Amino acid sequence: MDTAMLIEKSVLVLLLFLISLGVAAYQTYFERKLAAWIQDRVGPDRAGPFGILQPIADGTKMFLKEDFIPAKADKWLFIIGPGISMFTALITSSVIPWGTNLSLFGRDISLQVADFNIGILFVFGVVSIGVYGIMIGGWASNNKYSLYGAIRASSQMISYELAMGISAITIVMLTGSLSLNDIVESQHGMNWNVFYQPVAFFVFFITSLAELNRAPFDLPECESELIGGYHTEYSSMKLGLYLFSEYTSMFVSAAIMATLFFGGYNFPGMDAFSGNVLAILSITAFALKIFLFIFVIMWIRWTIPRFRFDQLMHLGWKVLIPVAIVNMLITGIVVAWNQGWM
Amino acid sequence: MESLTNRKKVVSDKPMTLWEKIYIPAIVGGMMTTMRHMLRRRKTIKYPEETRVFAPVYRGQHVLKRDEQGRENCTACGLCAVACPAEAITMTSAERVKGEEHLYREEKYASSYEINMLRCIFCGLCEEACPKEAIFLTDRIVTTEFERDEFIYGKEKLVESLDDRIDITKRQFTGKRTEK
Repeated sequence: MDTAMLIEKSVLVLLLFLISLGVAAYQTYFERKLAAWIQDRVGPDRAGPFGILQPIADGTKMFLKEDFIPAKADKWLFIIGPGISMFTALITSSVIPWGTNLSLFGRDISLQVADFNIGILFVFGVVSIGVYGIMIGGWASNNKYSLYGAIRASSQMISYELAMGISAITIVMLTGSLSLNDIVESQHGMNWNVFYQPVAFFVFFITSLAELNRAPFDLPECESELIGGYHTEYSSMKLGLYLFSEYTSMFVSAAIMATLFFGGYNFPGMDAFSGNVLAILSITAFALKIFLFIFVIMWIRWTIPRFRFDQLMHLGWKVLIPVAIVNMLITGIVVAWNQGWM
Repeated sequence: MESLTNRKKVVSDKPMTLWEKIYIPAIVGGMMTTMRHMLRRRKTIKYPEETRVFAPVYRGQHVLKRDEQGRENCTACGLCAVACPAEAITMTSAERVKGEEHLYREEKYASSYEINMLRCIFCGLCEEACPKEAIFLTDRIVTTEFERDEFIYGKEKLVESLDDRIDITKRQFTGKRTEK
């Protein structure tokens, strides 16, 4: 690894970090606007033109609040809880291929920080660690409501991780590779996985909502029952980090859904372009797909009410997992048939 | 019993059909509803920048009119106070003395005239009762205050000023003036 490579990757990491945070900040604005539109309101429009400075005002408010740690709380776990959440939310973005290669300063720059050959496994591993942030935060708060929120989050995570993994395996079967780069390249042009695996996409989408603790699966932060859920005791920027990490993981999981099922940076008619033009266009196409996913996730949130916890478990174990398994078996048989193994 | 409205609905708790059990059609239907709302035009009036357009006959803060020569119309007959359902109006009358003909139209006038804006319900009955076309409700809004007694408006606030006459022609029915 030469120095230029090191610089290139560092710049990419820094850029990704800033973009993820910026996108997360503006997701809060967009979510509030969307909620307002759906409810026939106007939404935040006082800070700057159309209220676009609202996230900055909110962030400043978060920083200026008193940073409070409850007396009976486990101080260190209380502090690292939001850190873990934020860390896991951000690190997933490192394996996503954001576009085709960019030629700059005589170098061919890959827009993927790390091309693991086990990209999907890495993503699932990191996402599972994400629940530790919530679990540790809820436990360390020494508050029954926080603990309830944390328990809900982790049981929900365990139930839905399974269906999520099984539905993603079908993509691995089709592509024959765990690397996200290979998966995206195999979906060249309009050859997207969603056309071959609509059921897997469907299951993956629902489980993603559950993993994100988004409506209709947002039981861990159910205000009416849990006074806010796992972050009840949190204030100031620690709370800010929790909320922020939620939006960051929404951004990242929209990116992963786009990567696995909607062709990542591929777009129809991409063969007509090459070089940097293609790179820019592919990044734009990818960003558009991510935006659409975020939009749909928010749209769902402001449309349907929350599940009850037993309904949530019922859906996870008795519906999604069987559907995912049957889908996986059928895919396996078809793949084996095509390969001539049967 | 015969139902009084056409909104009566028979409620049933039949077990859900498969179509209902998979929820997706219902969710998609709900999402269509929210999408329709999203695309709807906002009806919000962003207050400090925009203000609501009042109807020409809006009933806001009262005015005590003067006639064309700038003389007060009110003769302190008290009919407005009698008509007032909220008992918001009080007045004392006085006799016009020589040399005051340019101030008051008739021999009797209101030396004090008070409306308690906290009691007033802006029904407009005072205006209807007035035989002299002296009191009218206007499209002005009673401003907010911090003290209760500031809401008792005396003549200094109610009588229109000579330089800044208040137009009430929209509130007058045609021909009313001749009748009064």
